[in-house]
Amino acid sequence: MTEMQKLYLLAPLAPLAGALIAGLFGRVIGPAWSHRITIALMLVCVAASVAVFLDVLKGNIFNGSVYTWMTSGDTRFEVGFLIDQLSATMMVVVSFVSLMVHIYTIGYMHEDPGYQRFFSYISLFTFSMLMLVMSNNFLQLFFGWEAVGLVSYLLIGFWYTRPTAIYANLKAFLVNRVGDFGFLLGIGLVLMYFGTLDYAAVFAQAPQMATQAIEIIPGSQWELLTPICILLFVGAMGKSAQFPLHVWLPDSMEGPTPISALIHAATMVTAGIFMVARMSPLFELTETALSFMLVIGGITTLFMALVAIVQNDIKRVVAYSTLSQLGYMTIALGASAYSAGIFHLMTHAFFKAVLFLGAGSVIIAMHHEQDMRKMGGLKKYMPITYWTMFIAALASAGVPGFSGFFSKESIIEAVHFANIPGAGFAYFCAVTTVFITAFYTFRLLFMTFHGKPRMDHHTEEHLHESPWMVTLPLIALAIPSIGAGWLIEPMLFGDYFGSAIQIMSQHEAMEKMSAEFSGILGMMTHALSTLPFWLSIAGIFTAWYLYMVKTDLPGKIKQAAGPFSTLLDRKYFIDEFYSWLFAGGARALGRGLWKFGDVKVIDGFFVNGTARMVAATAMLVRRFQSGYIYHYAFTMIVGVFILMSLWLYGP
Amino acid sequence: MLFGLPLLSLVIWLPIVAGIGVLATGGDRNAQMARWIALVGSVAGLLVAIPLLTQFDPLENAMQFVEHSPWIERFNIHYHLGVDGIAMPLILLNCFITPLVVIAGWEVISKRVSQYMGAFLIMSGIVNGVFAALDAILFYVFWEASLIPMFLIIGVWGGPNRVYAAIKFFLYTLLGSLLMLVAFIYLYQVSGGSFSILDYHKLPLPLSPQILIFIAFLLAFAVKVPMWPVHTWLPDAHVEAPTGGSVVLAAILLKLGGYGFLRFSLPIVPDASHYLSDMMIALSLIAVVYIAVVALVQPDMKKLIAYSSVSHMGFATLGFFLFNAYGMEGAMVQMISHGFISAAMFLCVGVMYDRLHSRQIADYGGLAARMPVFAAFFMLFAMANSGLPGTSGFVGEFMVIMASVKVNFWYGFLAATTLITGASYTLWMYKRVVFGAVVHPAVTEMKDINGREILIMAILAVAVLAMGLYPLPLLEIMHTTVDDLLSHVARSKL
Repeated sequence: MTEMQKLYLLAPLAPLAGALIAGLFGRVIGPAWSHRITIALMLVCVAASVAVFLDVLKGNIFNGSVYTWMTSGDTRFEVGFLIDQLSATMMVVVSFVSLMVHIYTIGYMHEDPGYQRFFSYISLFTFSMLMLVMSNNFLQLFFGWEAVGLVSYLLIGFWYTRPTAIYANLKAFLVNRVGDFGFLLGIGLVLMYFGTLDYAAVFAQAPQMATQAIEIIPGSQWELLTPICILLFVGAMGKSAQFPLHVWLPDSMEGPTPISALIHAATMVTAGIFMVARMSPLFELTETALSFMLVIGGITTLFMALVAIVQNDIKRVVAYSTLSQLGYMTIALGASAYSAGIFHLMTHAFFKAVLFLGAGSVIIAMHHEQDMRKMGGLKKYMPITYWTMFIAALASAGVPGFSGFFSKESIIEAVHFANIPGAGFAYFCAVTTVFITAFYTFRLLFMTFHGKPRMDHHTEEHLHESPWMVTLPLIALAIPSIGAGWLIEPMLFGDYFGSAIQIMSQHEAMEKMSAEFSGILGMMTHALSTLPFWLSIAGIFTAWYLYMVKTDLPGKIKQAAGPFSTLLDRKYFIDEFYSWLFAGGARALGRGLWKFGDVKVIDGFFVNGTARMVAATAMLVRRFQSGYIYHYAFTMIVGVFILMSLWLYGP
Repeated sequence: MLFGLPLLSLVIWLPIVAGIGVLATGGDRNAQMARWIALVGSVAGLLVAIPLLTQFDPLENAMQFVEHSPWIERFNIHYHLGVDGIAMPLILLNCFITPLVVIAGWEVISKRVSQYMGAFLIMSGIVNGVFAALDAILFYVFWEASLIPMFLIIGVWGGPNRVYAAIKFFLYTLLGSLLMLVAFIYLYQVSGGSFSILDYHKLPLPLSPQILIFIAFLLAFAVKVPMWPVHTWLPDAHVEAPTGGSVVLAAILLKLGGYGFLRFSLPIVPDASHYLSDMMIALSLIAVVYIAVVALVQPDMKKLIAYSSVSHMGFATLGFFLFNAYGMEGAMVQMISHGFISAAMFLCVGVMYDRLHSRQIADYGGLAARMPVFAAFFMLFAMANSGLPGTSGFVGEFMVIMASVKVNFWYGFLAATTLITGASYTLWMYKRVVFGAVVHPAVTEMKDINGREILIMAILAVAVLAMGLYPLPLLEIMHTTVDDLLSHVARSKL
């Protein structure tokens, strides 16, 4: 094993060791040592990831197996790593955000009785996520995929006595399982047609397989890769919370805030985006799947952003914002601008982590009050939280110079240039949402930090800035919230991703963009003359006007909007509909099958029916054995009579 | 050979002799002695089975550890034993589960201890006999004999409705297997006077007798597995059985049915197996889909896990009749894994039952705060039951789903619904039992699991995780046998 290979192993195994120590021996070593050990091991993980990243920048790509999981038929199922630009980028983002969240947790969770358990879970999560992004085959991808789902389940239900939390975690797991259902079938088709689950081997064969026809529904021919890619994308819709499988993400806010930042904003939910980018050699070959992603991404972007407008819970605003931003990333994938999707994934990881952790900081200060209507004027009490969140809000709104501007702008440009069905719709959604994003982000900022304090007197007295364990990660994450965008030139238009992402020549969005790109400053000055920039300024201005100047107006608008605002308030009634159809339907069906099928038909009719028939026959036959001599004599005489008749008159 | 004694005979007769020894301790005055003899006997039973694993040659496709001597010469019946890559793992599973059952019943069973422990030991030996027998009559004797101890366990140590459950169990399975005996006698005639199962494998048969034989076998094996629609004895038997009985029933006895398909139906009547494979696949998929939905609404935890067992065993029968390597090996893996997971799940319910004397989900809630160690183990096993990757539950399901997609996408589609339904019924139950606030005052007095219980759970947890993270060794044992079986089944016997 080379030195680098040891580092590849070290990066995921260090957090795993931390998780095991804190999880199994947490009670023995106590809270302080639990966080010391897990954080030390996270530092090792970050160091290893950065070292791997620097090595990859030199052009060293690795693809090899660690051990053979099993063999069956002619297929070998292995656990192995594919370390290239894509996975190395993800490793750095994941490990860095995770380390920040580990530190933040000391401040946020210090009074919680489940302190050690929490550290164990987030380290376990980091391990799983790293295994997911470092995988070189579909099977291990699925392993990581389900493992992050498990940790997400455990963490959403971390406060397991709260009914809402344990409802939300079950919902999250099951909705994700619906996605995984499609994902696993997609993997099944890959295995069936390609005979292997190894990325490199599958990608190499993909061009020849593209023209192969497959008949899934009898009578209709599909190109093989279309159902494969759509099924794989269904998995991504679950994990990355795309409409109509988005319903679990807002509820996942029941979990402690650090994990909302780590899992439900920065890393896990982007696994679907990462997966599709990883599979670009497959998705490129099927325009239907690309169109499908454009439409789903467009719907998610626009409609989830609209819901964010009416939320009053500070975490839920950020949650719906995450959904909408994930929609942007999906649009990028559909437009064949995978690198733009990954780029937005990275910038979003930073600024969204700041927004979440900042919201958490506010929540601590407010004694676990999350309703923004009861906040206001926090700026003077919590300057660090305010300014870091302000930076993140500018990035989120896409103000030129901040990271979100570069990534979002390139997605909008890419979809503008894209030439496949659905691009027009996605472009419309993407542009409209710029205004909404700016509006709800600054609505959050104004309602929380500006204006008159609306909290009760007692809370106001105790307001103060959070301790350094909380503010340090905020600052550390706010820096890349500005700076990460400036990497646009190498990441999007240079040869940064090398062969990790493949784009067919007829999908020319990235090519056209790159031809128009005139440097970072050029991009910023060009933006001043485009619609998205003015929309985002308009969004910020509207938020300022409605929540700072005419504060009675939002209520009036809400009343005037009537049914439309109810629709948003109730999130388009999707939750109610699912709960009626799936939860209620499954239970009714189960009861029906059980009470009727099992109890009535099988047991009642066949099993006990057989028993009853035996009993009835016995009752009948019993009459012949009455024990009375004259019965027997009479029967005998009848018998003799019949026999004699037959003998005398018979044939 | 071990100490000059033939291994397979040792694996069969040692637990039986030990069981008789336990019975000999008599009444409950000597309960402690009965427990210790049972423990020593069951652990010895496991130890003597280990050479089966270490001396097994995975590349050999003939039977291994063969013992052969005449038994009833007049009818050409032999005491003929031997194992291959399919039977050997099942024997090991059985020997592995028996000590756990003895430990699980340690303090819990206080009445008729020697009979209870003795029954399990004797059953363990008998079941090993079923897996090792290569003579049809010897097989049949062991097969029917295995009913008796379980009948007693349910009937004597069971719940309030134990008599109904025990008789239902007994009649259902006995009636199922009678036609199997008829099939054996027919085969005896056709083969010119042989009861050797290996002879039957080579015996050419026309299609119509093949189909009749297949149906005779099907009744016997389908009841044991159990397949839909002859599964209704299982929930009743589980509900009434004591914890140890449920564990052995789910972990071991159900595997007899699956084993029967592999040893008898497929190799003896391959053409009929192919001919009727659509029906078998349909029945298996009904078990996977229908039973999972029924499991969802069960208010009784044991019933829920019983239905979950039926649904999971549907994967085994589905895998057998897809006729490819993933399916066949996946089905075997599923059977072994189900042995661990169902045992663990029933033990978990047993732990709760011992404390609160209720199996109703509604009587619990909020256990996590009172019993954190238990909750952690239960979570692991619940996840394994939901087929989470990294646990043994995933491996078999994954392989069978892959195998189904290969045969027909929609088979795979229906089989894969277990991802959703399996997680739904398991985790919804877990949520209502373990999470939430404590509602019932009795729950507040529940004590976390003790050392004895932790020991059992930890052993099963290691088994579940080891098999999920590194299933290769198990599969390597089976490859040769499965390949051999598949090529055998592919050849027509007409």
